[in-house]
Amino acid sequence: MYELFEAYLSQCSVWGVVLTIGAFGAGTLIRRKTGKDWCNPLLLGSLFVILFLRLLRTPYAEYRTSAEPVSYLLLPATVSLAIPLYEKWQLLRENTVAVFTGILAGVVTSLGSIVLLAWLLKLEASQAATLLPKSVTTAIGMDVAAALGGIVPLASAVIVLTGIVGGVSAQWLCRCLKITDPLAKGIAIGTASHAIGTAKALEIGEVEGAMSGLAIAVAGVLTAVLAPVFAGFLP
Amino acid sequence: MKLVFQFGRILVVCFLGEVLAALLPLPIPSSVYGLLLMLAALKTGILQLEQVKETGNFLVGILPLLFIPAAVGVMDLWDELRAMLLPCVIAAVPVTLLVMAVSGVVTQKTRRLLKKEETKTHV
Repeated sequence: MYELFEAYLSQCSVWGVVLTIGAFGAGTLIRRKTGKDWCNPLLLGSLFVILFLRLLRTPYAEYRTSAEPVSYLLLPATVSLAIPLYEKWQLLRENTVAVFTGILAGVVTSLGSIVLLAWLLKLEASQAATLLPKSVTTAIGMDVAAALGGIVPLASAVIVLTGIVGGVSAQWLCRCLKITDPLAKGIAIGTASHAIGTAKALEIGEVEGAMSGLAIAVAGVLTAVLAPVFAGFLP
Repeated sequence: MKLVFQFGRILVVCFLGEVLAALLPLPIPSSVYGLLLMLAALKTGILQLEQVKETGNFLVGILPLLFIPAAVGVMDLWDELRAMLLPCVIAAVPVTLLVMAVSGVVTQKTRRLLKKEETKTHV
């Protein structure tokens, strides 16, 4: 039975996309019903897909191939983040100093914390290099991890987890710390949790989304430049 | 057809981003080059907002969905993840919250500080 099913799945190029949209739809529905922030559609959707694949004993590689059209759109979607940013250009120009100071502070905190963590837990250089780029977008993060001798697949997993944590906790954290300025919220979310967090920021508001999108690019480039410097301080 | 042409224009910018990423020896991926190129194209007027708007906003709107295939990849990494679970969890949870807090508070404080100075000089 399973073999029959597997043979069918490996020939069908649509199920991965359908499963992805279905799982995301289910996640969205649960969020709407509960209204809870931690019911993040990306988090729930990913868990549903994992559950489904485990139940049907389908390997990840097969799903990945079948869901390729979904991943394909990631590049044009990231590039399109320039559109909300362009629409908020005036706001950015009036606040260039605050925006860049905030992003730089976040990037230095991220890199510094990982160096500190490496000392405290006595991590090996390869382990620390895996964690260093965890707050930036997967494409940059994986390159940085590879350049510093980290474990690349694990680096991308930690980056995704970071993004989900950021998206889920963003509103709660901003409330706790009284970060009410939409511009500051967007910068915080994008700097800490890249594009996955930005997806959440776009839900919160236009300014939040635009600034979070900008922070992906700026924090990514700053991390690429500063990570090798911080790697020099690793144990 | 309008939406297809918009998609085509966005893909051309993506392509140019990929060309830059291949040519320049920097650890910056095509997506970041593409984002900056798109911004430059809109600012200089090479592209009008109306020429990319609807499709672009659609793509941005479905962004979280697009990350699912990559996120599901965690299922194949259980063993590696378990081997360094504690550092990974610390890096993903408290460090992320700290980064968000620092970057948000610094941005908000700096912005308010600069605004105050501005109003002072105006008076």
